[in-house]
Amino acid sequence: MPVEIWLHFILGFMIIGAIAALEIKDVLSAIIAVGIVGLGLSVAFLFLQAPDLALVQFVFEILCMIILIRAFTHRKEHKIDLKSNVVLVAIAVVILSVVFVLGIFAFKELPSFGKPIARIAERYLTKGPQETGSANIVTSIILDYRAYDTLGEITVLFTSILGAFTILRVIGRKQRR
Amino acid sequence: MTLYLMTFFLFLVGLYGATTKRDIIKIILAIGIMGYSVNLFLILIAYRSGAIYPILTKSLGKELMVDPLPQALVLTAIVIELGITALLASLAIRIFEKYKTFDITQVRRLKG
Amino acid sequence: MNEEKGMTIIVKTITRFTVWLIFLYGLYIIIHGHLTPGGGFAGGVIISLSFVHLTLAYGKDFFLKRHKISTLHNIEAGGALAFVIIGILGIAWTGSFLANFISTGKLFTLKSAGVIPLLNIAIGAKAGTALYLVFYYLVTHRSFIQKSESEGEIK
Repeated sequence: MPVEIWLHFILGFMIIGAIAALEIKDVLSAIIAVGIVGLGLSVAFLFLQAPDLALVQFVFEILCMIILIRAFTHRKEHKIDLKSNVVLVAIAVVILSVVFVLGIFAFKELPSFGKPIARIAERYLTKGPQETGSANIVTSIILDYRAYDTLGEITVLFTSILGAFTILRVIGRKQRR
Repeated sequence: MTLYLMTFFLFLVGLYGATTKRDIIKIILAIGIMGYSVNLFLILIAYRSGAIYPILTKSLGKELMVDPLPQALVLTAIVIELGITALLASLAIRIFEKYKTFDITQVRRLKG
Repeated sequence: MNEEKGMTIIVKTITRFTVWLIFLYGLYIIIHGHLTPGGGFAGGVIISLSFVHLTLAYGKDFFLKRHKISTLHNIEAGGALAFVIIGILGIAWTGSFLANFISTGKLFTLKSAGVIPLLNIAIGAKAGTALYLVFYYLVTHRSFIQKSESEGEIK
């Protein structure tokens, strides 16, 4: 079977998982439904010939689920049966459906599936292994051609995690006294 | 074309959740779903039909490969997304400790 | 009292066999990042998942009894510092930041690609320890909440 049919199947699965994650009342079930979306994304990456991304997405999804479950599922006093504002939901549905219809016209202008405009990629694919000596071309891009990007990226990671430490630590010290 | 539209629909589902839900946990999950759909869209654009993964092996000759540049950018985006999720989770815990609730309308009421 | 923390004896025994396999797999993914799928991020997170596995099975005090938590902070900052230092060495040798100043070697061998494996190791150390620390702080923070709430009930 061609790749497109499998991708339609996986994407339908992911959409069902996303809607379930937003509508389920139980916190643990909602987090696991988001896990469905992330693991479906990992399988979709495998079908789209990106094994690097499939591995990274799989591993990060597992860690993300562990973090969310440990953070949120132990609060027994928390009730999740919050009703959304009906007027707000109606307005959001109308606006988002208009955006979706406009999106149909916008996506027609893109190159169709399977025929990308890979102008820069040609140089990476033909000269990359000789210039960097790395058999994995994705690694040669993130750590040689665009290593400055990766430096900015680990700075963002460092900053966000430093923010998490700061937020969590202040409370811990206050209550220790 | 339909694949792009389904990805866009997934993004809109996430946007719907982030705008209408009152629970902070649901908002965090919705932001995660939006990130997933954007990552998938970038990789869908990079796919070339009949091509193989951009990793050289000894047995393969010169074959057509998919575009490696969006893959490299999405690889960094996934990592940043996990950092954002951790930061949002710690912020939500802090809000819960201060206001004893995850309801954002209650948080706004108690601010002044 | 401390022995009863964590999960049951079955989980603890299985953990003793599996945690080293997960750790070794993470090291393999990092070191072979320039030849096979994977790299610093994936391998670092697999290593941090092995520590998460240990923490979930043996309770949260198990790790802190043997190592200081500041050691992990040092490893994380050292990974980021090593990345920048390798970049500055690139200026010293070839004149541009993060240049590949070691010879690239033969394709398909482990000792190839010049500076890329070193950067992979730096990123693996940084990302892995950072994400484990986030998990650790979230886990230990919950105990503070519960303690304060139970104290509030007693008052």
